[in-house]
Amino acid sequence: MSGQPHKRRRTSEPSEIEERLESLICRVGEKSNSSLESNLEGLAGVLEADLPNYKSKILRILCTVARLLPEKLTVYTTLVGLLNARNYNFGGEFVEAMIRQLKECLKVNMYNEAVHLVRFLSDLVNCHVIAAPSMVAMFENFVSVTQEEDVPQVRCDWYMFAFLSSLPWVGKELYEKKDAEMDRLLSQTESYLKRRQKIHVPMLQVWTADKPHPQEEYLDCLWSQIQKLKKDRWQERHILRPYLAFDSVLCEALQHNLPPFTPPPHTEDSVYPMPRVIFRMFDYTDDPEGPVMPGSHSVERFVIEENLHCIIKSHWKERKTCAAQLLSYPGNNKIPLNYHIVEVIFAELFQLPSPPHIEVMYTTLLIELCKLQPGSLPQVRSSTETKKRLKRLNAFAKSHCILSFDRSDCLTQDLEKPKPKFVREVLEKCMRLSYHQRIIDIVPASFSVLSPANPVCIYKYGDESNRSLPGYTVALCLTIAIKNKASNDEIFSILKDVPNPNQDDDDGEGFTFNPLKIEVFVQTLLHLAAKSFSHSFSALAKFHEVFKTLAESDEGKLHVLRVVYEVWKNHPQMIAVLVDKMIRTQIVDCAAVANWIFSSELAHDFTRFYIWEILHSTIRKMNKHVLKIHKELEETKARLARQHKRRDSDDDDDDDDRSTDREDGPLEEQIERLQEKVESAQSEQKNLFLVIFQRFIMLLTEHLVRCETGGIDVFTPWYKSCIERLQQIFLQHHQIIQQYMVTLENLLFTAELDHHILAVFQQFCALQA
Amino acid sequence: MSSGGTLSILRSDSYAELSQYRDQHFRGTRYDQERLLRKSCTLYVGNLSFYTTEEQIHELFGKSGDIKKVIMGLDKVKKTACGFCFVEYYARGDAENAMRYINGTRLDDRIIRTDWDAGFKEGRQYGRGRSGGQVGCHTAWDFKGMVTLPNFFVLKEHRIISEIAA
Repeated sequence: MSGQPHKRRRTSEPSEIEERLESLICRVGEKSNSSLESNLEGLAGVLEADLPNYKSKILRILCTVARLLPEKLTVYTTLVGLLNARNYNFGGEFVEAMIRQLKECLKVNMYNEAVHLVRFLSDLVNCHVIAAPSMVAMFENFVSVTQEEDVPQVRCDWYMFAFLSSLPWVGKELYEKKDAEMDRLLSQTESYLKRRQKIHVPMLQVWTADKPHPQEEYLDCLWSQIQKLKKDRWQERHILRPYLAFDSVLCEALQHNLPPFTPPPHTEDSVYPMPRVIFRMFDYTDDPEGPVMPGSHSVERFVIEENLHCIIKSHWKERKTCAAQLLSYPGNNKIPLNYHIVEVIFAELFQLPSPPHIEVMYTTLLIELCKLQPGSLPQVRSSTETKKRLKRLNAFAKSHCILSFDRSDCLTQDLEKPKPKFVREVLEKCMRLSYHQRIIDIVPASFSVLSPANPVCIYKYGDESNRSLPGYTVALCLTIAIKNKASNDEIFSILKDVPNPNQDDDDGEGFTFNPLKIEVFVQTLLHLAAKSFSHSFSALAKFHEVFKTLAESDEGKLHVLRVVYEVWKNHPQMIAVLVDKMIRTQIVDCAAVANWIFSSELAHDFTRFYIWEILHSTIRKMNKHVLKIHKELEETKARLARQHKRRDSDDDDDDDDRSTDREDGPLEEQIERLQEKVESAQSEQKNLFLVIFQRFIMLLTEHLVRCETGGIDVFTPWYKSCIERLQQIFLQHHQIIQQYMVTLENLLFTAELDHHILAVFQQFCALQA
Repeated sequence: MSSGGTLSILRSDSYAELSQYRDQHFRGTRYDQERLLRKSCTLYVGNLSFYTTEEQIHELFGKSGDIKKVIMGLDKVKKTACGFCFVEYYARGDAENAMRYINGTRLDDRIIRTDWDAGFKEGRQYGRGRSGGQVGCHTAWDFKGMVTLPNFFVLKEHRIISEIAA
């Protein structure tokens, strides 16, 4: 701000007033010395007075809080109710503004926010702002979407969800005023839910067994909750309803009718939310000392979970605030709040395809919660198969001593079984955050079979006893040369002496694929650079030219990866960072990494966590690469457009065609080049996915055939792990893969495929059907 | 009424903001430094144990995104680790997440601190404390696992091989 002083005016600047209004509105409902009711009353008075001058700003702010602060829904509906009672026109304008906002949200696929708006509108019935019959009419239009033909199921699902999820708030009122219509709606709901497809469910479930907590499809669960609510005569006791205190004022107010609302039609651009499965890990048997946890089919459970999810969504960037807000959720002595909080956090962490926020946020949030409530976070009972996120969570959390669980039966089982495998992976992750000796020290002797290997490098030419190995002398030579700061050329000339086991392919002049050359060079270099990541990265950089030449062919790339693995198989983290660097410096490409992961050399490690870390990281790099070039292309096109615009706007002289062409020329060339780059990158990306899927199919088919002919059970731990990894590929990269559906269907996931494998593809298709 | 507006309370992002610290040795104006800090993908990490390795840093900070580079801080005299390092990400967003969720957590039983850095320059990996260690570190310990680069791997110039940067 400039240092110019100016006279303080008595009235502030308009933008300051807007900030103040926003602040007042946003803060109402927070901890205060006065009661909520008196704060609301006071705020309503202030806003009413400001209406003449700031009506549109107030409308905007209120619409925004309705959309973005759903955890304070009833606070704001009460506020609107009070304003409507004082100023009927304002109430009408607010309702119109909300409808406009709802339509816009639906148009731009903001479905989660649209649900909040629908709920807000429905609660306005309780505040005498909206007439119940007109709300029922809107819900009738929502439910009739299920009668539409040729629309994706997920579209009908959303409208059904918007209707059902508002009923905890307004079910009672609507049923009292329009019971016949509501009964009709509910029976239409029931028949829709019975006939809708649920192929997607297995793919979204976190646990494979239904014990101890069944994982229900989200709409089924919500329906059970609403049915129970209806059976309880719509008595709902959890939601805080400030408007009840103002009943005498509010019932004097005139209500508005919602304008008839036609759901916008389905378009090609419509993207509806994916279905979910409700994650549960606690029930009434947990925490016998404290308040009872509401049952899984109670509407209280639904409301609590919704509100806690909303709090996380509002405050995810501010971990202390988030923790404080979660812990100050009302009803602490009536519900086991800590259990709900932990369950909601894990639900998000395990959400498929991916958590709403970055994983590390959740671990840090748990730490903040522990700081505020030491010793009172519940024990996590984890008795069934768990996924990779819990592994990462565990390692990080262990370094903060949060989670512990009973693992004593790990030792009696085959090491490939989920539990011991899980413990091994967790210990390996813990080691990455500390160091090997520490793990050895803290793991009890009986568990030592689960301890990770000491992450040392294996150099095959290291021992004198290996001097009979082919390439041994060259390795020694190389070692000395590198230590004496040899150049790339000197390295090449030393390597020339390495014979090629594929003798016929060697034309003597160039560097065709020579696995022994690669072996000697890569083994020696990695061994010399073994001290740290930085050493290894510098080695890769300094001898980049040699790498590029040796790994020019596809077989060369594959062999480089093999040697890296041989050297560093005890240190998966090192393998991962080396592969990352080699992709980034274009020593190997993504397809080579994919082929290497599915190669027989890696079969032993195929189900290990780090392999999938590497594969997903590789896919992500490919995706980011495509996006980056695409962005460059768009930016260059925009520059050209701006250039045209500038020329058009100051175009008053006669055009000198040659000069304008000259100006456009370089940019147009650039665009053409970038266009080619984009196409080639997209083609590489598609090829990567095809390779991965193809290899999966081959591997799984082999296993299935072997089991069938041998008469053994298909469902070995390896098989289960492999199928899940395939599902994971689909889920984690679903947006990209959607582009390839036709190819996948026609080329790979055809009807001849074994039904076990085809099912995975079909479940994936069902997610957006 | 646009469906895109937000509220200032929801914009709050205090963990990712600039701290009060400004590097006294920075070549340039305060304004230049702040401009760089606001664009930076590099974090300074302090209060590390002297035993903390590059591998541990990579694992921990890798949780918020792909790491471009880790540079361990060294005692200027002894060239041993002295409790700080720099972590550079490819994307600013990943660095912001590290500030939000890794800053203030434990590594090797110490609460580590992160802060924005204007960008690594050769020489900044050396501690500026009087004895060569980090400012505020009074003893430099001897320990196994030094991270100085042996000469044969040091490039003459900081040659940057074109990378497929994320």
